[in-house]
Amino acid sequence: MIPVSFFFILSIILFVLGIVAFFAKRDLVTMFMAIEVMLNAGNLAFIALAKSSGPIHGQVIVFFVITVAAAEAAVGLAIILLIFRQKKTIKTEDMRLMKG
Amino acid sequence: MGLFLFFLLASICVSSILAMIISKNQAHNALFLVVAFASLGGLFGLLDAPFIAAVQIIIYSGAIMVLFIFVIMMINLRQGIPAEKKRWIFYLSSLLALILIAELVLASKGTFSLLGKTGGERIGSPSDLGRILFSDYLYPFEITSILIVAALVGAIVLVKKREKE
Repeated sequence: MIPVSFFFILSIILFVLGIVAFFAKRDLVTMFMAIEVMLNAGNLAFIALAKSSGPIHGQVIVFFVITVAAAEAAVGLAIILLIFRQKKTIKTEDMRLMKG
Repeated sequence: MGLFLFFLLASICVSSILAMIISKNQAHNALFLVVAFASLGGLFGLLDAPFIAAVQIIIYSGAIMVLFIFVIMMINLRQGIPAEKKRWIFYLSSLLALILIAELVLASKGTFSLLGKTGGERIGSPSDLGRILFSDYLYPFEITSILIVAALVGAIVLVKKREKE
């Protein structure tokens, strides 16, 4: 018997940690991992609310989120690989094409 | 027992993500993230979602992280990422993170008493999930399959080496 609000607070903490990782890190691959952490925090909130309010639809949404995250990871990593081939770096400081 | 499992899994998850923020090595980051996603799968199991827990462990900490590790292997930075020089960014971001956590908890504090507890009637068995997925959510399911095929083709076309003319 665990209060569902504990899961909710955990999902808040995970989401904020994802935001911190996104802004504190300087390489594209780790920033992409931070996006996955934020998606997972959202999934945890969906499943916690599905548990507390009864219907199963929250879990179906999480299923769709996981499949879309898989597709997004494939395309995003392909783009990161292309950037690395062109610039030989994945650091965000070195991408200043629009800086003028 | 359930409360002990919750705190164990939650502390594993949060501490491995903190380790991911602190560590400089990308391969270590990916392995920390595998641990975090696996413990999140355990938390989904605590919330009466056994099918989602299995999908989380198979797809997230299996397939997606293998993709990440492949890309890290291909990128193969010889010297690694140099250490961060500006320390104040770290302190400022941790301060802002604490403020944001406090804000979000304050904003959702009123709903905590309405959420109830785990246990009681079981929801989310794989047969229920499959039935609802192929009746109410049939069109989103099929559209998702088209999306995955598009992402597959797109990823291959993006990464493929162009032939020299």
